[in-house]
Amino acid sequence: MRGATATSSPARGGRPRRNRADTKAGYAFLTPWLLGFGLLTAGPMLMSLYLAFTDYNLFRAPTFVGLDNFTALFSDPRFLKSAQVTAVYVVVGVPVKLAAALAVAVLLNARHRGQGTYRSMFYAPSLIGASVSVAIVWRAMFIDDGVADRIQQLLGFPAGGWVGDPDMTMPMMILLAVWQFGAPMVIFLAGLKQIPAELHEAAAVDGAGPLRRFVSVTIPMLSPVLFFNLLLETIGAFQVFSSAYIISGGTGGPADSTLFYTFYLYLKGFTEFRMGYASAMAWVLVIVVGVITAVLFRTSRAWVHYTGDVR
Amino acid sequence: MTTATVTSASLRARRRPRGRSIGFHVLALVVAVVILYPGVWMVVSSFKPSGDIVGNVNLWPETWTLENYTSALGGIGGVSFWTFVLNSLILAVGSVVGVVLSASVSAYAFARISFPGRGVFFAIMIGTMLLPFHVVIIPQYILFNSMGMVNTFLPLLAPKFLATEAFFVFLMVQFLRGLPRELDEAARIDGCGHWGIFRRVLLPLMRPAVITSSIFAFIWSWNDFLGPLLYLKRPDTYPLPIALRLYVDQTSVSDYGAQMAMAVLALVPVLLFFVVFQRYLVDGVATQGLKG
Repeated sequence: MRGATATSSPARGGRPRRNRADTKAGYAFLTPWLLGFGLLTAGPMLMSLYLAFTDYNLFRAPTFVGLDNFTALFSDPRFLKSAQVTAVYVVVGVPVKLAAALAVAVLLNARHRGQGTYRSMFYAPSLIGASVSVAIVWRAMFIDDGVADRIQQLLGFPAGGWVGDPDMTMPMMILLAVWQFGAPMVIFLAGLKQIPAELHEAAAVDGAGPLRRFVSVTIPMLSPVLFFNLLLETIGAFQVFSSAYIISGGTGGPADSTLFYTFYLYLKGFTEFRMGYASAMAWVLVIVVGVITAVLFRTSRAWVHYTGDVR
Repeated sequence: MTTATVTSASLRARRRPRGRSIGFHVLALVVAVVILYPGVWMVVSSFKPSGDIVGNVNLWPETWTLENYTSALGGIGGVSFWTFVLNSLILAVGSVVGVVLSASVSAYAFARISFPGRGVFFAIMIGTMLLPFHVVIIPQYILFNSMGMVNTFLPLLAPKFLATEAFFVFLMVQFLRGLPRELDEAARIDGCGHWGIFRRVLLPLMRPAVITSSIFAFIWSWNDFLGPLLYLKRPDTYPLPIALRLYVDQTSVSDYGAQMAMAVLALVPVLLFFVVFQRYLVDGVATQGLKG
C-alpha cells in the first residue's frame, strides 16, 4: 500500500516518448485547468498580495499603505479573538474528530454483518454537515430550552442553552465537527483493509495482545492515512464558515465566541468593504496554513511509515 | 491480497465467538443512534406544531401537522419557493456539467500525455487542494464585480468549467491511472489521436469516476453557502441555502416549524442522491486517501 503521497509524479511507467504533437495536445487538454489556475487562482492570489499592502474599499482606487494592515491586525482585538477561536477549534476539534473516526473505523473493520450499512450511515453527516439546514437544526437543538438544555437539566446540570453562552459555543461547534467524523472514518477504514492480516497474526503468535497490536501494527501501518486525514481535516477546520454564520445569526456572537477567522475576514471584506485589510488577513491565513502544512510534512518523516512500492 | 483477505476473514469468522458479534452490533447501534438523532429530530420536528419543537426531546409528535410545509412552500417576500429550487438546480446542474467536462480533459492531460511542464503543473494542482479558498474570494469578487457579473450565476459556474476544484481532477487522474495503457496503444494503431483516445475509448470507461464526481459536484453546489452569499444579492436569484437564511432572519424565533420544514426540503435531493449512490460516494471518499 502506498499512502496519501499526493505529490507523486503522474503516470508512472509512462514511456519517455515525447514529441511536438504530444506537447500540443497536452496543453490543449490542459487549457481549462491552465485558464482556471491563471485567472482564478494565481492571478487573484497575486492581486490579494498587492491589496494586502493597500487601503481599498472597492469604490476608490487602492492606496499603498505599506505594512499598516498587518500592524493594525495585530492590535485589533477582534482579529486576535478570531485567531484564538479558530486555533482552539483546530487544536481541539481535529484530534477529537480523528480519534472518533479511527475508533469507529476499527470497530467497523471487524467485518461483521451490516458493516457496509453502518459505514454509509455514519458517512451521511459528512455530506450535509456544512449545510444551512443542519446549522439551523443545531441552533434549534442547542438554544435556551432546546433539546440539549432539557437533557442537561434532566441529568442535573445547570440550565441554559449553548447558543447564547460564550463558554459553550465552542463545545457546540466542535460537536458539530465531530458529528461529521464519517469522511475520515471511511478513509481510515479503507486503510485498515489494506493492512495484511499476516502482520496481525504474526504479532499475535509473538504474544502481542489487542492493544499492543493496535499500537505496534495498526498505527504504524495506518500512519500514511492518518497523516492524510490530519492534513485535510486541519486545513478544512481553518475554513469553517457557514455553520458559525447561521448559528450566530451572522454576528459571530455571543461575545465573538463564534467569530471564526474566515468569518471575520468575510465581515471585514464584504460588510465593511475593507478589502485591503481582509486581503492581509487572507495572506496571514495562507502563511499560517502553509507553515502548518510544511511542519506536518517535515515531522511526517519521523512518524509516517511507508511500506512496499517504494519510490 | 485477495486470497489473504479471504483466508483471514474465514479464520476470524471461525474464531469469533457469538458474544463479540452482539457486542459489535450494540456499539454500532449506539453510534448510529447518536449520529441519526439530529436528522430524525429535524424531520419529525417539521411535522410538529411550531410551538412544540424547541425543547421537545421526544421524537414522536403528539399531533402531526403539515402546516409547516404549507408555510415553507409559500415562499418568502413575494418570491416563490420553487424559484429558489430552480436557482439551486441551475447552479447544481451547471456545476456538474462544468466539473465533468473540465476535470476529465485535464485529468487526461495529466495521466496520459507526456509533455514538458506536466510534472510542475501536476504538483501545483495538488498544491491548490491545500490552499485556503478564502485567499482568492476578495480578488475574485473584484474581478467578477468589474465585469458586471454580480447577481448572475456566472461567478459561481465559471470556476467549475475551469477545473479549479482539484479534488475532481485528482479523482479522475487516479481513475485513469488504473486503466491499462494498452487501450491507448490499440486505439492509436486504429488511427485515433489524443481526442479520439479520450473521447471514444477512455471517457466511456471513466463512468464510475464521472458518476462520483457528478454527485459530489451536485451536492457541494447544492449546499454551497459562501459563494451565493457573496454574489447573489437579489432574492429572485437566491438558491435554497441563502433563501433559508433569509427565512430564519425573517420569521424570528417563533416559527421553528416552517424553518424545519424548509431545512428538510432543502436536504431532500442530497438525501435522495445519498440513498441511491451511497456506494459511489463512500468509495469515492475512500479512494481519495489511498492509491496516491
